Amino acid sequence: MAKAWTHLKPYLLATPQAIALGLFLIFPIILIGVVSFWEFNGYSMTPAFTLDNYIGVFTSDVTLKTYLNTFKFVGLTWLFTLLIGYPVAYFLAFHIPKLRWQVLLFLVCTIPFWTSNIIRMISWLPLLGREGLVNQLLMGSGLVQQPLEFFLYSDFAVVLGMVHLYIIFMIAPIFNSLMRIDRTLVTAAEDMGASGFGVFKEVIFPLSAPGIAIGSIFIVTLVMGEFVTVRLMGGGQAASIGKLIQTQIGSLQYPLAAANAMVLLTVTLLVVISILRLVDIRKEL
Amino acid sequence: MKKRSLSFYLLAAFFGLFVIFLYGPMITIFILSLQGPEGTLTFPVRGFGVYWLGQVFQEQRVGNFVEPFLRSLVLGGIVTVLVATMSVSAAMAFRQRFKGSTVLFYLSIASLIVPSILISLGLGVMFQVMKWPTRWYSSGLGAHLTWTLPIAFLIMLGIFNRFNPSYEEAARDLGASDTKTFWEIVLPLIAPSLVGVSLLTFTLSYDEFTRTSLVSGQYNTLPLEIFGMTTNVTSPALYALGTLTTLFSFSLITVAYILYRRLSKQG
Repeated sequence: MAKAWTHLKPYLLATPQAIALGLFLIFPIILIGVVSFWEFNGYSMTPAFTLDNYIGVFTSDVTLKTYLNTFKFVGLTWLFTLLIGYPVAYFLAFHIPKLRWQVLLFLVCTIPFWTSNIIRMISWLPLLGREGLVNQLLMGSGLVQQPLEFFLYSDFAVVLGMVHLYIIFMIAPIFNSLMRIDRTLVTAAEDMGASGFGVFKEVIFPLSAPGIAIGSIFIVTLVMGEFVTVRLMGGGQAASIGKLIQTQIGSLQYPLAAANAMVLLTVTLLVVISILRLVDIRKEL
Repeated sequence: MKKRSLSFYLLAAFFGLFVIFLYGPMITIFILSLQGPEGTLTFPVRGFGVYWLGQVFQEQRVGNFVEPFLRSLVLGGIVTVLVATMSVSAAMAFRQRFKGSTVLFYLSIASLIVPSILISLGLGVMFQVMKWPTRWYSSGLGAHLTWTLPIAFLIMLGIFNRFNPSYEEAARDLGASDTKTFWEIVLPLIAPSLVGVSLLTFTLSYDEFTRTSLVSGQYNTLPLEIFGMTTNVTSPALYALGTLTTLFSFSLITVAYILYRRLSKQG
């Protein structure tokens, strides 16, 4: 009796979480898969098995263009979060001597992540707009005669917004893998005569690759399905696959939106799998 | 102590710029929300006062924020209780090996990294197919769980990793049942961390937007109401609301941190 209980206990304890994820994650995604084969007659969807939705997705010029634009956002956001995030994580891990200070400064980077994304995006409006602070400064200093339009409601603004929102997802895993590097390896390399840059290139960077991989997976998956930043910071101009799906949901074209979502899920998984093939992240988990 | 190199100063300057990048925009809306009644959405600052902060609580032409705020509080409360229970329970399960633990672990990771539009669409389709109306407390709650539960679960896993099992073993040797051991030994020991995790869960839920945006139904939560405002509000009331809600989140995070520090010192 007691033995059966010990054996059963973990299953009982894990059940609530398994049910919650099953009901609100797995089941809805299976339904997306099912509905992507249904028919849409202009105002409602009916169960059927048709490939029309997928044919619609793959034969439309809009799809390809939208995907290219989405990949542009993914690529640029990834590049800038890495270029900004890596030095930040490196500074915290290797240049701050006391753990207390490392944790404190890391918290400073993390806190904005816990506040509202919407507010963080709105915060850019008074800076970047036509009459925004940046344009006022540029005009005031005589650098430009006309206010620059590209700061807001443009691809630039979308990428800026995403970097601002998501950079912590790049910093945290890199910081984590940098902190795990055995400091004696660095000392050993220095004793062998490696230059500062040599140590970084031969020791630190390769050991932080799993952190970069995890951060990259976060950035890719977050940006692939983005539609809020694209809408708020991009105005009407910018397009992304997430926004396309959102528009289709808005006009109740669930089957078409579902087909698009299945393609999006497949593409995202392919990117994640290729990152995992490049870098072994298992020892980080 | 070793003499600081040039790279230290360069990186320190870079870090400083980064912190300005993170907080600068937020500070601008704080400043702009403290304008006088003649204030506008852009610089220069016109007058000084708390006029716009007061305006947030007045009936607005574009909507009322008190009700969405209360809705967000209630939803955050429900989410926090559910997530705290489920994540502690699941993390306890993970202290033993069991079949399917790997699946559940990767499922939690997947829940975190799945593109948010899929959650929104999936829940939308599910409620459509089931002919249930979407509501903030049903479909919205589900969307919040897919985001908050895995985060809390991962933090709880880390907490139980550092948890010393000898106290429990002692209690069991003295004849305490599993339930009694949990309430009298485990829970008091993890309480400070649990309070911290709960407050963070609440904050995440309170600010959640993307996953809820298409499935909240007829009545909006606060972030959705704010998003609606961005298109049609032309006064600093928008910034004032942003300032107030950000300060609210900040104070929750601070309380979480202080409680965590104080209680963990006692333990």
